[in-house]
Parts: sequence; structure tokens; C-alpha cells
Amino acid sequence: MAVRWLVAMGQKRITKHDCAHVAALARLQLTDKELERFSVQLGELLDHVAEVESLDIADLAPTMHPFELFTPMRLDEPGEVLDSEEVLSQAPHFENGQFRVPPVLGEAL
Amino acid sequence: MIQPFGTATDIAAAVRSGQISASFVVDQHLGQIAQLEDEICAFNIVTVEQARSRANEIDAQIAAGEDPGPLAGVPVALKDNLCTRGIPTTCSSRILEGWKPPYDATVVELLHQAGAVIIGKTNMDEFAMGSSTENSAFRPTRNPHNLSRVPGGSSGGSAAAVAAGFTPIALGSDTGGSIRQPAALCGVVGVKPTYGRVSRYGLVAFASSLDQIGPFTKTVADAALVTDVIARPDGRDSTSISEPAQSTARVLHEGVAGLRVGVVAELCGEGIDSDVAARLQEAVAALEEAGAQIGQASVPAAIYGLSAYYLIAPAEASSNLARYDGVRYGLRVAANSSPAMNIATRSAGFGEEVKRRIMLGTYALSAGYYDAYYGKAQKVRTLIIQDFAQAWEEFDLLLSPTSPTTAFLLGERTADPMAMYMSDVCTVPVNLTGQTAMSVPYGCGDDGLPVGVQIMAPALGEPVMFRAAAVLEASL
Repeated sequence: MAVRWLVAMGQKRITKHDCAHVAALARLQLTDKELERFSVQLGELLDHVAEVESLDIADLAPTMHPFELFTPMRLDEPGEVLDSEEVLSQAPHFENGQFRVPPVLGEAL
Repeated sequence: MIQPFGTATDIAAAVRSGQISASFVVDQHLGQIAQLEDEICAFNIVTVEQARSRANEIDAQIAAGEDPGPLAGVPVALKDNLCTRGIPTTCSSRILEGWKPPYDATVVELLHQAGAVIIGKTNMDEFAMGSSTENSAFRPTRNPHNLSRVPGGSSGGSAAAVAAGFTPIALGSDTGGSIRQPAALCGVVGVKPTYGRVSRYGLVAFASSLDQIGPFTKTVADAALVTDVIARPDGRDSTSISEPAQSTARVLHEGVAGLRVGVVAELCGEGIDSDVAARLQEAVAALEEAGAQIGQASVPAAIYGLSAYYLIAPAEASSNLARYDGVRYGLRVAANSSPAMNIATRSAGFGEEVKRRIMLGTYALSAGYYDAYYGKAQKVRTLIIQDFAQAWEEFDLLLSPTSPTTAFLLGERTADPMAMYMSDVCTVPVNLTGQTAMSVPYGCGDDGLPVGVQIMAPALGEPVMFRAAAVLEASL
């Protein structure tokens, strides 16, 4: 059978350095302990999913979506819109009808 | 667990005919919640005041001679990733704690129009990532059949709420089995409709090409009733199927005589507990007795479902969860620049499993690894779709266990992500293909805990799937 994680095809070891790089891409700051744990766990996971490497699927087209996607059209008429005050009221900081954030380019205000 | 109250079908009939009031029904269920919720922890919030005031509205409609709809006065619990205007929607995550959506999900509107009464938002694995509801940032939910066991996940709060008699109906979402697996573990009916059949507008996104909303109920007839209410085309979801849905309730009693039913060999062997396999065989025998033609089906690529799923779902999640940056909603951790604020907010606001999946997805999508992992997983997805297509040439329905085991102990799998992911082995293939499937309770395991049987049908095969579910339920 069947219901199993297939045997590891290759040891996909992830170093703490790799892990920190991926965390930076994902805008996460991980503690040293998290980095250690995740590098082991991600390595194990990738070992298991590596079973797909054994499949002869080079000629298959990738599926991004279960069904064919198309863009439904509607008449260009104004519809219901969200209440901007209600939307803004849920933001951590807002001012003058806008979301307020700390400096983006590093300059303190 | 004793079920003190009627089914949704019975409640709606009694409320519509004036035999009982919606207020009485709601108070009855709120009473049950007050009595048992401390032990079970199914809810993130119980909307007592809103539910009572909504019940009064329904009663006023009845008094005025109006018909509130097919779910008149029926309490409904919603998984806490379904947007409810003005009512906190947290996804059981610290990063969304306290956020009140400015709009209702389409399913919430449809339930409202059908006369239902929302009684609360249910606990879940954070952002629907998990199979036990232990990944909730708030607290784990317990299985009403045995408090030392998990209810399954990620929609564990919804499954437990129905099993505990808190509500006859709950909605959940199913990305890799998150409705069917908790339904099986809690002994209730759970349906994952065909992808696109139920609008995802207002469902907080996890993996957009896999997510689908569906019901938990005590009976198959109730599941059909709710499915018929929520399965509608919706212009606000570009992936919504534009054709109207065929009624499932109307064909419920048409039986299975002549239907070709295949048992999926690849999902029924090693790794499935023997008591679970035995219940499946009994279900197969019941369908045969009712006139179905039984055969063995083969979907060879189904065994690769988990691997493809655990690349595709985290990849989509890593993109979808980029929106939690501390700018527009929920948590913000202060820092002296926006990039630093984004990082501090995400690092403090996401729990461990969410971080793990974002990391896995980011890795699978990163330069140099995209083709090897994400690209390959998408091709495996194609292979699985092809193998199912071949099986559908021979069979109208396919069967497998819903979960390889009955409900496991709290804490048993939290330290080992791989062991936890195994819970989804029978359910993920259907999310990858977009087909419909449901779990129907079918007896108990050796430990006395519920076992579920999974019925799978081709896309838009809900009516025929419900016919088989009704036969199974009646055979118990």
C-alpha cells in the first residue's frame, strides 16, 4: 500500500543559515531556538515530499487551479462599497482617512 | 454525548408552523452551551445578545404571517475564519485578535436570508493550519465524546459544537480535510462541496485553490438542507461556479440501486487502523445490500497527495498571509520603521505551525527551488486529477475511510508535524482535484470513538453523493 510517506530520496538538509534566509524572505524574525527546530523540521518535511522526484512527470502540464479560470464580467455600474470609516476603524493606526505607518524609508518623523 | 434537541429540519418545521418559538430554540441551545462549554471549548465567542435579538426578529416575522425561510430559527455556529460584520473574526490567531470585519461573508448573508440564527464563532487551528485544533492561539477544543481526545481539525470547534448539541448546524472550511476529518472524529456529518460551489467571499484565505466552505450537521438530511442554502453562484468570488446548483435535498431518498461504487485501494490499506477498515467494509456491504454495484477502484497517484498538498498549500499560504503586516487590521508591534514593524508584528502574531508553513511555502517558491518543489507538486496535482478521471469512467462514487484513526489524545502529535499531517492522508486528494466529498459517521472503533466513512464524487456530484450518504445513515 499506499498510505505512507515515501522513503526519502535524498537528504534535504537545511542549515540554520538557509532557514534564516527564508525567514527574512517571509518577513519573520526567528529566535535561535526556532531556527534550530525549523531547520530540522523543514529538512524532514522536504525529505518526505522528495518522493515526487521519483515520478516521471516531466511532460505533464502543471495544475494551478482545479478548474479552468476565467474572468467573469459584469456591467460597469457602481455597486455596494465598504464603509471607509468602518474599515479604517479596524486598523492599528489611522489618520485623515488613511492608514498611518512608521517611516517606510528609514527616516524617523 | 446526548443530543437533547431536534435536527435543523425539525426545528425549522416547528418554528415555521408556530409550534415553538425561535427564542425558545435559541435559549435551549444557549443553555446547553452554558452547561458544557467550559469543558469543550468549542467557541471563541458566543454571540448571546445578537442571537436573542435575531430570534425575536424571526418570531416577529412568524407573528406577522411571514415565512423566515428554510432555516427559520435554526442556530448556526460559524468557524472563526468566516467574516461577520461587527463580530470579531480571529482565525484563532493573535494577529487578528479583536478585528471586526466591515462585511459579512456571502455564506453568512445566505444563512441569514434563510432564517438562521448565528450563535457564535468556533475555535480552529490558527488560520486553519492543523488537524487537531491544538494550534489555536487561544486554547484547544476537546472532543465531546471523550474530553482527553482531540476533536480533529482544523474546524474542530464547529465539529465539537454540533457533537455537543450546542447547535444543529455549524459551518467550517476544508482545505485538506478540515471539515471531513473533524466530522469523522466527532461523529457528525461533514461536507466539502465541489470547489467553487460555495462562495469563498468573506472566508479568510489559506490556500485559495483548495479552500471550500461546507456544513457540519447531525444528519444527512440537515447537511443537504444547508448545502442547498449555501451552494449559490456569487459574483463576488471569481472562482464561483456560475450555474445554479442541483438540489441535494430533493434527491435524498432516491437510493443507490444501480450506482457503481468503488473502494479506493490506495487509501484503504497499510496505515489505516483495522477497526476503521472494518467499519468501511460494513458500509460497503450496506451499499451493496441497497443495490449498489461494488468494485475495487484504483487511483495510483492518490498516494502522492500528501506530498503535493504539503508543498502547494504552504506555498499559497505564504502568499496569502503576506497581508498580515500590521498596517490595515489586527495586531501591530511598534517599531521605528515600517519594515521593522512588519517583521516584529508577524513574528509576535503568528503561532508556530503558521510560521512553519509560511517557511515551507516560502522555501518551495524561492529562486532555485521553485521548479524542484512547487512546479513538481503542480504536475503531481495533474497526475492525481488524471487518475481520478480514469476512476470516474468506471464508478459513480468512490469510498475510503475519512481518517486513518479515531480521535487521538490531546498532545499526542503536537511535537511531530509529520505524524499530525498523516491525519489528512485520505482527505487531501479531493482538495487537489476540486471534487466533492463528505464524511458520514459509521459506527465506532474499538475505543468506542466515532468512525467516519468518506464518500467522494466527481465535480458537481453532490446529489448522487448525498443519496449514498442517506443510505449509509439509514443502514445503521
